[in-house]
Amino acid sequence: MSGQQARAARERSEQERAADASRAGSTVSFRPVSEFLRTYLTVGIFGALGAVIVAALLGAGRILRPSRPTPAKVENYESGVDPIGDMWSQANIRYYVFALLFVLFDVEAVFIFPWAARLEAYALFGLVEMAIFIFILLLGLLYAWRKRMLRWV
Amino acid sequence: MIGVLSELSYWQVTSIRVGAGLVAVLLVAGTLVYAHLFKMVSFMQSRLGPMEAGPYGSLQLMAEIGKFLQKEDIVPRRADRFVFKAAPFVVLTSTFLLLVVLPGGPDAWFISNDLGIYLAMAVSSVSVIGILMAGWGSASKYSLLGGLRATGQLIAYELPLLLAVVGVVIQAETMNLQEIVLAQANGEIFGWGAIGNPFIITQFAGFIIFMIAMQAELTQTPFDMPVAESELVTGYMTEYSGLRFLLFFIGEFATAGVFSAIAAVLFLGGWYVPGLDPADNLFNVIGPLVLFGKVVVLTFLVFWVRFTFPRFREDQLQRLAWKFLVPLALANIVVTGVLKVVV
Repeated sequence: MSGQQARAARERSEQERAADASRAGSTVSFRPVSEFLRTYLTVGIFGALGAVIVAALLGAGRILRPSRPTPAKVENYESGVDPIGDMWSQANIRYYVFALLFVLFDVEAVFIFPWAARLEAYALFGLVEMAIFIFILLLGLLYAWRKRMLRWV
Repeated sequence: MIGVLSELSYWQVTSIRVGAGLVAVLLVAGTLVYAHLFKMVSFMQSRLGPMEAGPYGSLQLMAEIGKFLQKEDIVPRRADRFVFKAAPFVVLTSTFLLLVVLPGGPDAWFISNDLGIYLAMAVSSVSVIGILMAGWGSASKYSLLGGLRATGQLIAYELPLLLAVVGVVIQAETMNLQEIVLAQANGEIFGWGAIGNPFIITQFAGFIIFMIAMQAELTQTPFDMPVAESELVTGYMTEYSGLRFLLFFIGEFATAGVFSAIAAVLFLGGWYVPGLDPADNLFNVIGPLVLFGKVVVLTFLVFWVRFTFPRFREDQLQRLAWKFLVPLALANIVVTGVLKVVV
């Protein structure tokens, strides 16, 4: 009997403590997460939502669809003919020069965006500076062009 | 509106935003598939398109989803199962993350971040990884070639896309998309401010570069070499069937809608229509609809080009990007910068 009462009292006091904590959280203007980080939390939530929608659709499909795999059915389709040889075969992909150029210009974009947003403050100095920067990058592109790297050979 | 929102806690506001985002992406993707893929292309080819499911075939997409849900899930025997199954997740998640930067009204936004357009451009390049995963994981020669082609194409056209945006950023002096809209609403074209300053007028070269690069980023014809059916079966989607194929397919249209929305915000004034006060509470209601209208117009252009032009050759694709669009975009930046500082 006394044990039950003690347990009930303990539960009550726990509930009160939880209520106190929630009241304190709402009245005291202490923010554990800044607005800045919350923005990225929202971004994260949207990312998770995208994954959840895909998962929900695939999950619904799992309930509805049949599953009767046969050896012919699970064979790779390719062009409809039985595949021959290794699937991850070597191919001349010709892209590595483009990838290098991409890195060059993508890094440029990292610098150019903050500059663009603050151009009014930098005025002529910033303009000349960026013109020189872009000119040097263009030289890189011209070099690749002259070396016939941009051709599809 | 601000008063109403500020009384709610972060989680309540975020739930509303998530709900709105869900409705937005499903509505836009659904409308685009129906209006442009089912109907517009049909009329261009002198046929009626779907007419049976719902009035004028408007529920055709629902019927399609119902059909695809019942299709057997086939993972090819030799495929890398994890990469194969993860690829649609990566592609669709990147589309959803793009949505987050779009403003729909003075208070109707998902996030208001100073990185704005830069965040969007960074996130949009994640889908390249998803497509490469699909191409690699399928364990098919055509898928691998298609995936590699797609990668080469997407990174080549990401540069003009990025550099075309820089002109807008110079003019608006911010990367925050909400403030870019306000800069257009409150702007003047050489002292004449009757319609604000939609950047399509003062950044026309940037707009053209952006639209061409966007067409390539979406791998729509004439830039659809990654899925060229006469050479690569269907490229990186060859081994996908049933629901996973539908996910790629819908993702394509959702991405077209979101990219068009970004273009509408950057160049057409987003949720703003000339003649009204941009701080008006009215825009929280009609703003999303205005933006949607502009999205439909821009996607109409995208699909008009798609169904009209034949496919380029692969070498022409890289040539156009590196020898024409990138130098032009750089010149656009320099000219915009000079005009900004001098005028």
